[in-house]
Amino acid sequence: MTLGSLLVLAAAVFAIGLFGVLARRHAIGVLLSIELMFNAVNLAIVAVAWSRGLLAGVVLVLFGIAITVAEIAVGLALVLLASRVRRTAILDELSDLSG
Amino acid sequence: MRQVAFWALAAGLVAAALTVVTAKSLFRAAFALSAALVATAGLYVFLSAPLLAAVQILLYTGGVLTLVVFALVVAGGNVETARFRRPVPAALMAAAVFVALVAPVRALTHATPTAGLGDGKAVGLLLFRDYLVPFELLSVLLLAAVFGALMLARKDRPA
Repeated sequence: MTLGSLLVLAAAVFAIGLFGVLARRHAIGVLLSIELMFNAVNLAIVAVAWSRGLLAGVVLVLFGIAITVAEIAVGLALVLLASRVRRTAILDELSDLSG
Repeated sequence: MRQVAFWALAAGLVAAALTVVTAKSLFRAAFALSAALVATAGLYVFLSAPLLAAVQILLYTGGVLTLVVFALVVAGGNVETARFRRPVPAALMAAAVFVALVAPVRALTHATPTAGLGDGKAVGLLLFRDYLVPFELLSVLLLAAVFGALMLARKDRPA
């Protein structure tokens, strides 16, 4: 268990999440993938904090978790609104602004 | 023993992450996400941050999973019709980002001495002494998010 292996693990999870954000078709699937990417970043922060003994990194991740919960609450409210107004939450059918 | 447990958690995390992005049923994806978050909490225990692990499970996993399952039940349309949208460019993009992220890591793999993180008491003191103002601002943000979500999702919205 070294800093290097932890950072490679975090990078792998981040890349998997990025694939989900780009390829998922349902809005909630994209939100789940964003959570995955966020979790990978948290893991990288904690790994670096652990290797350097930086306690402030733990506080940073605590704040990050709380902000993410706020973000997903608003994001899911938007999805609910879209699915009620437009009867769909598939992102390709919600692309009116893309010209 | 520690090594085995660590690699088991790492493998579980990657497997759960792959399930999140590939599962056809969004319920299954949501539960795979909670498995990934719990595996990460296990890694936090290894990184001597048990407080963070507890917060991760209670707040993050519990909160996110509840919200997502609730939204799936209300919004319906659980199963996606076609699997992916343009999977090949997306996979290439993800692979490129992975390579770019890993490239600089290789240089520091042998810088192994680790300092550890101490106990939860020190984190609590840091949080409520040095970072008290951001902490209070965070509560305002959470309140604003709750109001925003209520406004967006309520049915009899004034036009």
